[in-house]
Amino acid sequence: MKKMLLLGAACLLSIGAGAAHSSKRTANAVERGHALFEYHCASCHGPGIGNPGHPWRTGTEALQVKYRGELPALLAERKDLTPETVAYFVRNGVSIMAPYRKTEISDADLAALGAYLSRNNPDFAKK
Amino acid sequence: MTTPSDVTPTQWQSALTAFRNAVGAQWVFSSDEDAGLYRDAYSPYWNEPEERMPSAAVAPASVEEVQAVVRIANQFGIPLYPISTGKNLGYGGSAPTMSGSVVVDLKRMNKIIEVNDKRNYAIVEPGVSYFDLYDYIKERKLKVWIDVPDPGWGGVMGNALDRGVGHTWYLYRDHFWSHCGMEVVLPNGEVMRTGMGAMPGSNAWGDFRSNFGPYVDGLFSQAGFGIVTKMGFHLMPEPEHFLHKKIYPPRREDIIPLVDVANELEDQGMIGMALYESPMFSAQFQDPALRAIGLAPDVWNGNAINRYAAEKGVAPWELGVSFYGPEAVNEAKWQYAKSRFQKAIPGVRFEDYESLRFPLTAEQEDAVKHKVLVGVPNMNVFTLSARNRTNPEPADGHLLFSPTFARSGEELLRAQRIFTEGMRDMKVDYPMAYGPFSAPFTWNFRAFVLATGMPTSRSNPEVNKLSRETMEKLITLGAQHGYGEYRTPPAFQDQVMSTYNFNNNILRTFCETLKDAVDPRGIIAPGRGGFWPRTYRKGA
Ligand SMILES: Cc1cc2nc3c(=O)[nH]c(=O)nc-3n(C[C@H](O)[C@H](O)[C@H](O)COP(=O)(O)OP(=O)(O)OC[C@H]3O[C@@H](n4cnc5c(N)ncnc54)[C@H](O)[C@@H]3O)c2cc1C
Ligand code: HEC
Repeated sequence: MKKMLLLGAACLLSIGAGAAHSSKRTANAVERGHALFEYHCASCHGPGIGNPGHPWRTGTEALQVKYRGELPALLAERKDLTPETVAYFVRNGVSIMAPYRKTEISDADLAALGAYLSRNNPDFAKK
Repeated sequence: MTTPSDVTPTQWQSALTAFRNAVGAQWVFSSDEDAGLYRDAYSPYWNEPEERMPSAAVAPASVEEVQAVVRIANQFGIPLYPISTGKNLGYGGSAPTMSGSVVVDLKRMNKIIEVNDKRNYAIVEPGVSYFDLYDYIKERKLKVWIDVPDPGWGGVMGNALDRGVGHTWYLYRDHFWSHCGMEVVLPNGEVMRTGMGAMPGSNAWGDFRSNFGPYVDGLFSQAGFGIVTKMGFHLMPEPEHFLHKKIYPPRREDIIPLVDVANELEDQGMIGMALYESPMFSAQFQDPALRAIGLAPDVWNGNAINRYAAEKGVAPWELGVSFYGPEAVNEAKWQYAKSRFQKAIPGVRFEDYESLRFPLTAEQEDAVKHKVLVGVPNMNVFTLSARNRTNPEPADGHLLFSPTFARSGEELLRAQRIFTEGMRDMKVDYPMAYGPFSAPFTWNFRAFVLATGMPTSRSNPEVNKLSRETMEKLITLGAQHGYGEYRTPPAFQDQVMSTYNFNNNILRTFCETLKDAVDPRGIIAPGRGGFWPRTYRKGA
């Protein structure tokens, strides 16, 4: 985990450097959001291999089938997500993904996850 | 949200205030929105009056806070429902057995107290997930393994307290059985320790399970006798090597010698969990001819299956055997196992499947085929039930039916037929419905579980109604043949308990007698385990 976090922080630095909009505060939220994503979500939404016979992890495969390649199957590569969408799915769940309680993901953590997953969204960046 | 039945609005408000004072206002969740997060996302009664609803949740951060919560609940007569990681999906999620209960969410108590890789145990608090314990061990390069259930997001303690199961050696994969000593907050708010933890000077909490006198630990699993706050678990030392081989017998009836030999090997400590599958299960969805064979009323004599197997080279059964230890020893054990299967099953085929040397790199670990066989927590099991290429419109969740019976090929063939014909009589058909290609699980060592899942929906109550009715009928049907659930969601716990009814339900009566003595106000998880405290008992 630690190794994953360090690696995560390293690529975030390079992303952060290119993104003119990100104030220091947002950058911190994005960084924290990335770590939280690795911890809570990447087991289903990350890259990597699924069950025998399934080339992708659960969430990645589901989104690949749902959007048939029109949107990236990897959540972290999406450009259309907003913090509100992320919050909606995390608190309401969808399909077999159960909602997360506030003891698992606090509202502050959720905001950071939202900042991370919407960091590539041009509309959100303008705000 | 539903408030506890015997509590006035004023008392309820006073209780909430007292809870806030005990754990901090931000850790009492009483708005509909926040408490709603404790509903069971896989509930078979979603949005119906019978759905098991929490009234609120409190999240203590220490044993002292748990004690305070229990004392407040006693004062006001408020039922509590403890959860640890709260991911019991398929068996009730994070929702209470009785509507109106306050969920005691122990997720914040997430300390790993000790991992010892010389004497091979861990002692943990309730909120520690399988992922957490795994990361902790990896970061410190400790030479022990954990045994994990299919979903890694659940927790070591909560899973064990529902008598959950994993996938390695028998000693480790029955998670309650592998626990060693516990600390419990009793219904009166006092703290008790069991095993060697009961002796203040002992350093053997994680080593020796038993205290002197009655072994009471079992009372705290699938039951409301207390809130467990610490638990020890035996761990397996990291082996040098893992070897997994597949065995394919040519005929349906070969399941009988196949199970006999596997039992002998496992009960001698030669192999880990016997992993049974049927290659014909997925093949039937590719080939209509095989599907027709499986659905034919005379399939049970095995002739058509055996003919198909011979013609197409698809085996009716597959057995995966796992070896853990030094590579040369694993290889020698495999040679022995192979000779035993060859002798017992003419024409049996073997296949190499996986051979791993530890430790693994991150890439190697991601490529491991069945990660749970080598104690690597992951979430890949959900690829089977989530949206995927072969299942573009999946169910939201599943209700798990887990009938348990004797570990023999004969009994398996009997059970398959009983449940298949039973489901056909009910005129229900699900993707995972029983048939002649349903394979048993041996998670619970020394027993077979012929598990299946029935779909649940958060938008279509008809789906839930059919699943509930099917579940109830399957429980009754199984019991008629002596097959009992090892575990079941809250909505079915009364029914399942009533099937363990030797001598006029004396098991349930005994539990009720204990409950009334230990928890006179019926505070802790009333109804959990299918028995009720006097306060809520019908006719008491
Ligand atoms: C696709 C799928 C696959 C699954 N595979 C497996 C599997 O391989 N093995 C398996 O075992 N399960 C499996 N399950 C069932 C379930 O999801 C897991 O068992 C899960 O680990 C249970 O949730 P948890 O660990 O968070 O326990 P929790 O939800 O925290 O606890 C479970 C129950 O134990 C009791 N409890 C918890 N903590 C305490 C406490 N401190 N004091 C007193 N009582 C307490 C409560 O009644 C609680 O409801 C599967 C489910 C699905 C949907
Ligand atoms: C158990 C595996 C699992 C985990 C863990 C998980 N998800 Fe999901 N998630 C899914 C699946 C499956 C879907 C797709 C549902 C479908 O088929 O429509 C999904 C869908 C989503 C969507 C909707 C995307 C869309 O466009 O439809 C979002 C947003 C999302 N997840 C966010 C998260 C976040 C954030 C986390 C971590 C806090 C997380 N998920 C954890 C399985 C998971």
